[in-house]
Order: sequence, then structure tokens, then C-alpha cells
Amino acid sequence: MITMEMLEKIRKEHRPILEERLLKEGKVIIKGNEIVLKGDYYKKQYRIALKNCGIINPGDIRDYIAMDGYAALANILRDKQPKEVIDDMKASNLRGRGGAGFPTGRKWEESFKKSSDKKYFICNADEGDPGAFMDRSILENDPHAVLEGMAIGGYAVGSDQGFIYVRAEYPTAVASLEKAIAEAKEYGLLGENILGTGFNFDIELRLGSGAFVCGEGTALMESIEGKRGMPRKKPPRTSHVGLWQKPTILNNVETLANVPVIMNRGVEWFRSIGTERSPGTKVFALVGKVVNAGLVEVPMGTSLREIIYDIGGGVQDGKVLKAVQTGGPSGGCIPASLIETPVDFESLDKIGSIMGSGGMVVMDENTCMVDIARFFLEFTVDESCGKCTPCRIGNKRMLEILTSMTDGTAEEREISELKELAEIIEDTSLCGLGQTSPNPVLSTMRYFYEEYEAHVLDRICPSGVCKSLLKYNILDNCIGCRKCAKVCPTSCISGKVKEVHVIDQDRCIKCGACYDACPSEAITIG
Amino acid sequence: MEFMFDKEKNKEKIERFRQIIQDHKETKGALMPVLQGAQEIFGYLPAEMLQLISEELDIPLSEIYGVATFYSQFSFIPKGENIISICLGTACYVKGAQDILEDFEKLLGIKAGQTTGDMKFSISSTRCIGDCSMAPVVTVNEDIYPRLKKEQVKEIILKYGGEIK
Repeated sequence: MITMEMLEKIRKEHRPILEERLLKEGKVIIKGNEIVLKGDYYKKQYRIALKNCGIINPGDIRDYIAMDGYAALANILRDKQPKEVIDDMKASNLRGRGGAGFPTGRKWEESFKKSSDKKYFICNADEGDPGAFMDRSILENDPHAVLEGMAIGGYAVGSDQGFIYVRAEYPTAVASLEKAIAEAKEYGLLGENILGTGFNFDIELRLGSGAFVCGEGTALMESIEGKRGMPRKKPPRTSHVGLWQKPTILNNVETLANVPVIMNRGVEWFRSIGTERSPGTKVFALVGKVVNAGLVEVPMGTSLREIIYDIGGGVQDGKVLKAVQTGGPSGGCIPASLIETPVDFESLDKIGSIMGSGGMVVMDENTCMVDIARFFLEFTVDESCGKCTPCRIGNKRMLEILTSMTDGTAEEREISELKELAEIIEDTSLCGLGQTSPNPVLSTMRYFYEEYEAHVLDRICPSGVCKSLLKYNILDNCIGCRKCAKVCPTSCISGKVKEVHVIDQDRCIKCGACYDACPSEAITIG
Repeated sequence: MEFMFDKEKNKEKIERFRQIIQDHKETKGALMPVLQGAQEIFGYLPAEMLQLISEELDIPLSEIYGVATFYSQFSFIPKGENIISICLGTACYVKGAQDILEDFEKLLGIKAGQTTGDMKFSISSTRCIGDCSMAPVVTVNEDIYPRLKKEQVKEIILKYGGEIK
């Protein structure tokens, strides 16, 4: 076990070793006390939660210590009362990065004020949003930042037991966390009598088993208790009555990674980044039809245009941007016309989307918005725990309507029925999963209503995605090479050699094999 | 299809699993880690082992089934030698993962969630494995195939000793 002096000594001794190694690898720029990654992709970014990712070796605690790691925890244990830590947290106005953006300091205070013989502090590492992987990156590349954030939180609220609920689908993250916890314990930075200050805080790993709803706080706690991950009714809030009925704090990975940095560099510094009501940075998983896909950390309030074009390099293959989907299955689609929107909690909410955990999927002209809404609903129906009726049955009905739309069998009245269902489910579901599940439908209806009309009234899919609505035709420039007829699995293409061929529409299964085989671009999809 | 659990053949594994149960007996909320242990050791949850958990942890079998059926990682049928997982997260979906899944299904003659009769392959669709920048992604056992193209589907099946139907 080490003392505070020894921690400082390790820092001073190991920093030059780390810097030397990094300079040899040639992937960083060192400016005074700051080490940042080289390259255009990083130029416009501001990295707080990801500041160590790609720089330190996650398997060596000394690397983390050399980057000012565990300094915040040491200083707090030496100089600050729990109440002061909570006041700092409140003043920083760090808002939860996992979804709803609830102020972290206020959450901590709720639990701090509640007296109890036992309190728990959980890190939510059950990142299940399709399209988001920032938590995974932090867990794998900078696990100690999460551990330190949890220890600081544990000290502030008066907890001695932490849990990390991490997805079993992330084996590398699990291994990285296991190693980090063992190393931190060995150094006396976790466990009993941390740094000789008398503060105890232990962390245990619990694996999720593939249920998206377990990202919902109350469901996650049920799961740790060994039950089905079904959400509980709130209130009481989990900060009052949570895991095993004890006051419990649940923070997301990215939120916790921010905590040590804020404590080190101060509240004023943190508030100077981002916007007034959403200070700091946010990590986005920029994916989909974008040139440079990857993680991007930028100050809150950066516009979608800057993220997608300046950092992401724009839309792939020179295509036109159609929409950006943010917030995963709980979020919405933002049309290209709103690309100047600054990305922070309020602005996104105003245009019918959410920040969520930070998934940002770029969609081009070849994406069908009705199909995307259907895709998300399919996800929600799969992942609904079934406890409450609006979510269990309502979402299923919505999916049926959306499927009939993409199949070309929907009736006109179903457009308004879909909207009505969405609004009711939003208002009446028990937990966050159900309450937000209609968002993909509502936002696409708001901005791409004409696509719904095209599917239902004209029975066409303007983006050429929904197979049942497509029609393959052979144009007059057909050279009669028979290549298409040979690959057609239903033999529905007829025509003699060197004559224009014809597709029997009744027998065509729209597989597209003929389209791929045609050497003279004589087959069109319409 | 019926799969028989051979206690004799699995003797060693059962011993390892008994140890896992013992290690967790005193843990609060032991059921999940124990089920995860069984899934990892046997590749699925044999009915006989669920019975054992029920006795050792003193939890009714019905409750264990209730929990095990809720989570998508638990399976009640053995998985094949090679597990092909097609990621259907948003990024992969937008980049055509559905077509790739259908190709695998067609070529192996089974649907997602099923295992081939010769126990060689299982297909599963997964929700986001967090490799979105490499979409579409398919994993076979521990191997990752990023930015997969439809043409590669056949190659992959052949590589793992499959026959094309």
C-alpha cells in the first residue's frame, strides 16, 4: 500500500518515462503539462473524458498516475469534506452523459442527505445503444478514470461499496476493468483504508447478460439482485431507495470519467467549456455514412455541421446528407436542414431528438426514414421487458403498422393511428425505455411526413430501400445478353438473345440479382 | 431437435461448475454470476445444471427459468462449434447488415438463433458490439470481420469448414 507522498513520487518518476515512450511512438504532441494526440482528426476536438485514451497503457497503473491519475482522489481525501465535494460537483453542473442529462451533483446530494447504514455506488457500463461505443472505449483504454470517479463519488455520498455493471458483450472491457481493480487494490487506491486516510471503498464487477432495458437504473438494480431486469416504479428515487433497498447512486461511464478531471482542474475551468446550461464536452460515436467514423469529443454546443463535416469529413461517396440520428432507439432523426443546430441537451430536445448516450448515425439519400423507424421499433419490441402494457403491446402494434407500411399494405388511416399510438405510449409507459420508444417514429413523422405518405398513398419507397415497394424494369438499351435471365432465381425474365428482355412483375421476388448482373445498366429500380 | 446432456462426458466441467457455485454462495445476488458461469462452461444452460443451481442456492427452479429466459445471452440449446454473429446495430444496419444475415441464413439453411444439424454452425444476430466505425461487422467465435461485403459470406463459411447448401 502506498501513501500520498509515494503516489506523488511515482507520478514524478513515471511521467518522463511515459513522455519518452510516447515521443518515440510519434503519435502525440506535448505542450507543457498537456499531452494530446496528433492528427487533423483530433485538431478540432477537446478531450476530457477521452483524454487518456490512446495515450496511456491501460494495463499499467503508473501510466494513469503519471497523467495526474488518483491526484484528485488523494487531494479530496486529504483536504475536503464530503459536503464540499458535492458542492463542487453541483457548481460544475456536470450533467449525466448516459441519457437524460440529470445534474450529477444534485443526484449525489440526494443520496448524501439520506442516512443509512449502507449505501451503494454503481457505474452503469451497460452501454446497449446500437451505434454508441464511447463507454467501451473508456473502459478499455482508461479504466482507472472510472474507478477514481467512483471512489470520489463514494466518498462524497458516504458509500463503501461500488459495483460496475458491465455488458458481457465487451470481454476486453471486462478484462481491462478486472486488471485495473486488482492493480488499484494492490496500490491501496481501492479497498480498505485508502492512502492511509481511513476511507474504505471496494468495487465489484457484475456482468450484464444482454438485456437493453438494464440500462434503465431500476432494472439494472433488479438484475444485480439476481432477478429479471424489470424496472421499478419511481418514486422513490434510487438515490433514496435503490439496490437492496439502500440509497444508491448510478452514474454512467463517461460521467464518471469527467469527475477526476473536474476535481483536478477546478469548477471554473470546467464551466468555461461548453454552454451555460450544458457545460463541458460530450463524446459522440460518429458512425453510419460518414467518411471518418469514430469517437469525437467536442465542447457542448458544437454544431452538427462541425462534427459531421469538419471532423467527420462529410458524407461518404460524395452523397447528400439526408438526416442525422442521435440518441439511439430513444432518440430522433434530425433532417439535414437543421444541421446548424448546436448539440447540447436543450437544443436537441427542442427539435425532437435527444443527446442520449451520444450515438450519432449519419444517413444519406439511400436511407428510408420509414424503414429506420421500423428498425428502431423492432429493437424496442425485442428489448421491452413486458412489465407495462403500453410498451409491451403498444410498441408491438406500432411495429405492425410500420411493417405494413414498408410492405406496401398499409391503409391511409394508419398514418394517424400510428401517431396517436406513439403519443399515448410516450405518456403512459413505466420507464424510460417505453417513454422514449416512440421518438424515432414521432421525429421521422415530423420531418419526413412525405415519405410516410409516399409509402402508404403512392405505395413507393422514394429512397429505394423497401423491397416490396420496388419494381425492377428493363430499359430499351438492353443488349439482350441473357446475363440477367441466367441469375434470376425465379426465372421470371424472358427474351431472346440480342432482344430487349422483360421482367414478369408478378413472379419477381425483388432480389436484385438481375440488377447486379446487368453489364449495360439497362435495369432500373423504381 | 433434442440434445442430450451426458453427465459422464461432462464430469470435469460439472466439477468446475460446482466450484463456481461454491464461490458465489455467499454473494448477494448470486444467481446471475452462477448462470453466467454455466453458460460459459457448457456453452448453454443444461436442465440438469439448473436443477443443481436450484438445490445449491435454494432458489425455486421456476424462478431460475424466469430469470434465464429474460436475458438474451442465455441459451437452452447447445451452440454450434462456430458461432456466427451478425451485428444489427444501427450503423451496421444502415450499411446493409440485414442482407448479410439473410445470406448466411440462406447458405447454411438455418435461421438466426438456430444451430445446424451437424452442430458446426450457429447464427445469431447481435445488437451492437460497439465496433460501429467498422460497420458492417460480423464475428465468428473470436474473429472479427469488419466492413464485411456480401461476397465474403461464402468465403467465411468455407473457411470454418462449412459446406454450401
